[in-house]
This record gives sequence, C-alpha cells and structure tokens, in this order.
Amino acid sequence: MSAVMPGAGKWDGISFAQRMATVDFRIGARAHIAVDSDICRSCTTKACVSACPANLFAPTADGGILFNYEECFECGTCYMVCNSDGAITWTYPDGGHGVVFHHG
Amino acid sequence: MPEQIEFDAVVVGAGPAGASAALALARAGRSVVLVERGPFPGSKNVYGGVVYGRVLDNIVPNWWEEVPVERWVVRRSTMMMTGTQSLSVDFRSQAWGSAPYNGMTTLRSHFDAWLAGKATDAGARLVTSTVATGLIQDSAGRVVGVRTDRDGAELRAPVVIACDGVNSFLAKEAGLLPRAEASHHTLGVKEVLDLPPGAINERFGVQDHEGVDMEILGCTRGIPGGGFLYTNADSVSIGVVVSLPELAASGVRPEALIADLKAHPTIAPLLAGSTLREYGAHLIPEGGYDTMPALAADGLLIAGDAGAMTLAAGLWLEGVNFAIGSGYAAGQATDRALSQGDCSAKGLASYRADLEGQFVLADHKRLRKAPSLVLSERVQQRYPGLICDLAEGMFTVTNPTPKAGALALTRQMAARHGVKLRQLAGDTLRGLRIFG
Repeated sequence: MSAVMPGAGKWDGISFAQRMATVDFRIGARAHIAVDSDICRSCTTKACVSACPANLFAPTADGGILFNYEECFECGTCYMVCNSDGAITWTYPDGGHGVVFHHG
Repeated sequence: MPEQIEFDAVVVGAGPAGASAALALARAGRSVVLVERGPFPGSKNVYGGVVYGRVLDNIVPNWWEEVPVERWVVRRSTMMMTGTQSLSVDFRSQAWGSAPYNGMTTLRSHFDAWLAGKATDAGARLVTSTVATGLIQDSAGRVVGVRTDRDGAELRAPVVIACDGVNSFLAKEAGLLPRAEASHHTLGVKEVLDLPPGAINERFGVQDHEGVDMEILGCTRGIPGGGFLYTNADSVSIGVVVSLPELAASGVRPEALIADLKAHPTIAPLLAGSTLREYGAHLIPEGGYDTMPALAADGLLIAGDAGAMTLAAGLWLEGVNFAIGSGYAAGQATDRALSQGDCSAKGLASYRADLEGQFVLADHKRLRKAPSLVLSERVQQRYPGLICDLAEGMFTVTNPTPKAGALALTRQMAARHGVKLRQLAGDTLRGLRIFG
C-alpha cells in the first residue's frame, strides 16, 4: 500500500466508545440482525470484524462471532462482505427504532 | 384480518427519491402514502454533504428561498495527496454564491424532511416509524401493495414505488437486485465536527453562508476510494468513501481512514480545536450504468439508491439530485400508467424512457467507464504520488544545481512510481474520452 499517512494506525485521540456515544440509537427489543456463530467458526476471513463501521462483530475464543445489534448503523456492510450464505440474517429494526442520524 | 388501506400508489422510503415521487403523484391528484421506517425523513440517511440544486428548479420554483441550507458552495477543491504532500486544483466562483446557486451543503435530517414536507403539503400522506416488511403480490405475480410492521397493516395500490435505499429489500424481493453484491458498493464513513462559523470562514477563506467542497485522492492507504471535506454552517463533514470488498480485504478499520485524513498536515490545521458531533456510515451503490438493475416490474418501480443511481466518478459526486430526478419521474410515470389503466412493467415503461432522455440515466451512461478508471490501481495508488512528486520537482529551487525540464521530470517521476509513459498517456486519453 502506498500513501500511508503520518499517524496511520495511530488514533486521533477519540476512542471508539466516544465516537459511538455521539450517535442517537433508539434501541428496539428485537435483535434485527442474527449471526449464526456455527457458520462463522468455519470462516477464515471474518471480514465483518474489521469492516463493520460500528465495530459490532467480535471474534470469540472458540472461533465464533459475538454480535451486538444495539448500536447498528443499519448500513448493510456486514452481510455484503460476508462469505457464507446464512451466517448473517439481516432485517431492519422495527419502525421508529434503531439509529437516528441528526447530521447525516 | 390485518387492516387494508387502498391508495393509488404506495411509496416506500421518504428520502429524496420517495418524497419526489409522492410529490409528483399528489400534484397529479393521486392518493399516495409515503412510508418511512425512521422516526422522521432523513433519520436513516448519511451522505457526503452536497446537494446540487438544478434538478429542483422545475419541481420547487425558487427552492433556494426556503431550502434548509448550511452553506452555498463557492469553492471546489480537488486534491491529490501523499502522507507528506498535497496538490490542489482549487476553483472558486462567486456566481455559485447567489441565486440560482450551484450546490449547497445541507444535512439530510433537514433536507429530506423539507422535501417530504413538500409532498405532504401537496396532499401525500406521510407515515413514519413504519417498515415496509415485504411486497404483496397477486396470483399473477403483480405487485399490489406492501405489508408493514404497524399491526400488520397492508397498504395496497396498483403501483408500489420502492425508494427504500441502497439495501432495497423490496427490489431484492422482486428479483431486480442481487441479494448481496459487495463489488457494486462502497462504504462511506463520516464525522461531523463542530467548528465555530468564524473559524470556518477564516480557515476556508469564505464569508458567512459561503462553503467549500473538497474531494481528495490518495488518502485511503491504497484502498480504492477517496476522501471529502465539506463545510456546514457551524461544523465540517469529513470522511472517506472506499470500495467495500477492498476495505474488507485490507482489514483496515474504516474510522482509522478518517483519523488518517484528519491528521494530514494539509487537513489538520483546518480542523484544529474541533469536536466530534456525530459519527456515521452508509453504503453507496456505485456499480454505475452497466450494473444498474431493471427499474420496473409489474406494479413496481424503483428509484434513487434502490436503483443504484449515484455517481462517484472523480469529478462527479452526485446522488441526491439523481434520487430527486428519478423519484419525480417515477411518480409521473405512475400517474400516466394509472390514467391508461395499465400498471404492468410495460405500462410503466415510460419511466425508463424518461430517465434515458434526461440527465439521470444520460449522465450514468456517459460516465459508465468512469468508476473503473477512477478506482483503478494506477489512479488510486500511483498517480497521487507521481503528480505530487512532479509538482515538488517543478517547484523546488535547486540552483546552482541545474534542474531537469518538465519532460525529463515526468519521465523520472513516472519511473519512480512504476508507471510507463504510454500508460500515463493512455490513462489521460481514457480520462478525456470519459469526462470530455
């Protein structure tokens, strides 16, 4: 890769938790995304872990994936980059719930 | 038995495409419902930051007198950068700062709500906090409505216009869009940073109400894409847009790319002292004309991002205008089909013909080869460095040591960056053919 910036890989002083704390989420009772960790265990890339802009996919010690739906941007990145049919079941949160962008 | 409500048309998604479709139908005297899954229009939307207004001229006369604008863009800067260099083509026109204007920065929670308000003023019914969970089809497979998650209520109409965005599950259910095609998509991540209006004016060289639009190549660690920086009234929007499969393959966290850009020596001073107001992300359909889906089925039209109508091809970075243009055309085509009593794909075919004849598809067709050039390895990974080194070579004073001429410098820098002169000439010609 060319064009590595000064400070590449370093943080800009804002933690990820601080970033996510700026976003308004109206969390619904139903998990709108389900992850089948049995399928994830056979996945070698686990692209969802690095690509999800809300950083909601955490690899577990047994090779699976731990997923939290609460602070989801509903962008679709995870199911688009996923290798395995059926690993990620993706729907929208119930009406009025989920992310609310005020400055999008 | 769930409640069933009949309309002339159901429009799903109250973004710019859906609001425009509902506006056209309401103006034609049709009963139309506009279904929005968020609590208000725009609440699920994130974009870079600029809306180009010409498309609004015929839809909302003198729109600039009432639109919720952040700043009118009077400076447009296209920048190439490496970690320690940058070269900008910086254009300014004061003509863009007065009516009828060219482009404006605006926030989607404001703009989308304003445009949806035009539709409801004209008589459309807006229903928020409601997800259209699926299509209702008759025994012949024709779309005749949508199911919702509001007590299972069904909204029925001879035509459904799916303006449900980049993930359009309605278009997917109808078989118009593939389930998941990462290569047709980019991911945009954005931070809105608070900055006092006076600091924006000083740092970006503008007056109150004037704004700047910067597009940046070479700031994404070689992942195909680019960066942007836009000025709002009392904040700036900064972010990157990157190829989804290449981002995934790189293992780089998207917000780390924004952090890189914010730390660049050209960008950092512009942002000093700013604080994060909101972080967000959204997918962009960027397959271009050649991957655009069929836009009609029996009883169904798709418009805006659902129909992959965005251009992010270097000099063109547009989407909201295509959404408005396609949505309004979809509303008009639906009205015609209703008048003729034929809401089949054939009866709705005037939609595609209309779009081909106007800027929406004409621009996409003209720039169909642009994404492959702009996202190519040379443009992304070699040319920013080559061009910056060339500029540095030309502008560095070396005397008393004699300096190489422009051609010799070009040869030298091309070799340094692994580019053959015939490739440089070929890409230049390709660019001229695509954009010229």
